[in-house]
Amino acid sequence: MRRISALIGKELKKLVREPAVLFLVLLFPLMITLVFGVSFGAVGGDDTTYQVGIVDENVGPYAIWSQRFVENLTTTEILELHEYEDNNSAQDELSVGNLQAVVVIPADFGESCDSFITYPANQSQWVNTTITLYLDQGSMIATAAVPPIVQQALVSTLAGEQASMSLPVGIGSPSFVDAERKTIFSYMAPGIFAFGAIFIIMIVAESLAGEREAGLLKRMSTTPISATEFMTAQGIAYMIMAILQVAVIFLMAFAIGYSPDASVGAMAMAFLIVTVFALCCVGFGLITASIAKTVGGATGIAFLFIIPQMFLGTFVSAGMTSGAGVAAGKFMPSYYVTDALTSLFLRGASVSSPAVLADLAIVSVLSVVIFLVGIVIFRKFGRG
Amino acid sequence: MTRSPSDKAIVLDKVTKRFGDLTAVDDLSLVVEEGELFGLLGPNGAGKTTTINMLCCLLEPTEGQLWVGGHDVQKEPMEVRKLIGVSPQETAVFSYLTGRENVELFGALHGMTKEETKKSTEFLLGKVGLTSDADRKAKQYSGGMKRRISLIMGLVNDPAIAFLDEPSVALDPQSRRAIWDFLKSQKKKKTMILTTHYMEEAEYLCDRVGIIDNGKLIALGSPEELNKKHGVENLEEVFLQLTGRKMREAV
Repeated sequence: MRRISALIGKELKKLVREPAVLFLVLLFPLMITLVFGVSFGAVGGDDTTYQVGIVDENVGPYAIWSQRFVENLTTTEILELHEYEDNNSAQDELSVGNLQAVVVIPADFGESCDSFITYPANQSQWVNTTITLYLDQGSMIATAAVPPIVQQALVSTLAGEQASMSLPVGIGSPSFVDAERKTIFSYMAPGIFAFGAIFIIMIVAESLAGEREAGLLKRMSTTPISATEFMTAQGIAYMIMAILQVAVIFLMAFAIGYSPDASVGAMAMAFLIVTVFALCCVGFGLITASIAKTVGGATGIAFLFIIPQMFLGTFVSAGMTSGAGVAAGKFMPSYYVTDALTSLFLRGASVSSPAVLADLAIVSVLSVVIFLVGIVIFRKFGRG
Repeated sequence: MTRSPSDKAIVLDKVTKRFGDLTAVDDLSLVVEEGELFGLLGPNGAGKTTTINMLCCLLEPTEGQLWVGGHDVQKEPMEVRKLIGVSPQETAVFSYLTGRENVELFGALHGMTKEETKKSTEFLLGKVGLTSDADRKAKQYSGGMKRRISLIMGLVNDPAIAFLDEPSVALDPQSRRAIWDFLKSQKKKKTMILTTHYMEEAEYLCDRVGIIDNGKLIALGSPEELNKKHGVENLEEVFLQLTGRKMREAV
């Protein structure tokens, strides 16, 4: 324990004393939080509304269901609705930027809702259907914000607030959002928490490459510290850094007005998930340090791991609707971190909800596997 | 050659180390007694640091066997690491830690308690004249100060066997003399293997020296014995006689 605690202490001193590390771990995510908070409405509230076209193809005996659905969309006050006779007219408005989204309610929507109400526990009797949602690809924020609101309205129409219930109607990317006004920043915040931790990859890689260049890794190898002790210390030190990082980002987000409707338990769960994710980032850092010959090389190679995590898994990818992009995102550990935090902070999911636990499980498994792979590769190629 | 390694500090038996086509150490056999201060001399690229690295468990020999403190270096590396202290050729210190923290870190890595580490650190800082600068970050140190800190990082655990790879390089005469006096005071208390390019250092400090060239041991004995054998005044003349006057590049 003495060896491990000494190495952890050394790493934490580096965080405080090395300006580059301090910047990447704390100041950079802090700056991102502040800039995005100011830019996207966390500071001083937000009056943004989204112009959404409604094409209601559901007529006949079950028309009441689409009316209820549209009412629920209206009560959010975030969407300003415009009804269209047909999809083509709505698409014309969308293509010239007058609308940010078009919701097409299918003809069998009412029948589907009715089947759900009649046979709530018997899925084989449900009439499954899909609401088609067209989004303005030029508005990243709208593409991030509108689908969860539509999903929430759908849930309210069919099942009240039972977020985990299966439904016969889908819209492609289900999310559950409280039907209340939120700033755009609220939708970005979960991804920003994951975004900050990603830079641990670069810090670990630069740190180990630097220690190798300076002969320090070799020097430590002449002491009785085991590889297990060394790697344990690395893992713990960077998990502590991740906790500090999330705490600082949380504080900054709160300071500028971000207030997720989340319990203390949900907050603790968010910390836990980001902390576990830090282990994954240490793993990627170890792999990077093994490949890189110099500190400069480590910085460059780190981006090979950072960019996909960032663009496919965090707030940067929040509005992503490309099938390939979404599919690729599912291979990124950061995707599950962002998803879990979105569930906790935006969708009102509880700590024990299956969605959050599934995300935690996936992040944990991926993190442990990547960390172990990192250790094996670093021991073989990285110690110099 | 068969030796009983148990009662010797260091034994190398027909050790060869090759890096591809290059033979850095070639069939080297050597015994260092307990409490001896042994100097390993040789021109750049002669194989001194490779030999030290093999003894410190950093490199595996291609052929042959090495024992340190009676432990087979390849079979019991952890036992060897518990016995040794290493001051490497490069000044390897953590720049963002203070001098004191660097030394204490290595005490901790050797498993010493906080109290043992503090006591040993204070003692060694005093010996190398760094007590008053001990709480400055290493990045603020001069080259000589880093060198001195690097040396005592290898001695903080009071090792039974210390490997000192060019410990006095880049030091001013005062600092060098202080280091020499300290190392001399440690003679008989611990076994020390010293590599150096300063022949007067080897002559002043070492009980015996071995001169290596092209990976082979070409001379072995006390400085006095070697001077006498080669009919010269000092070790530098012996060195030049044996290794030639042509300049070489390090490998």
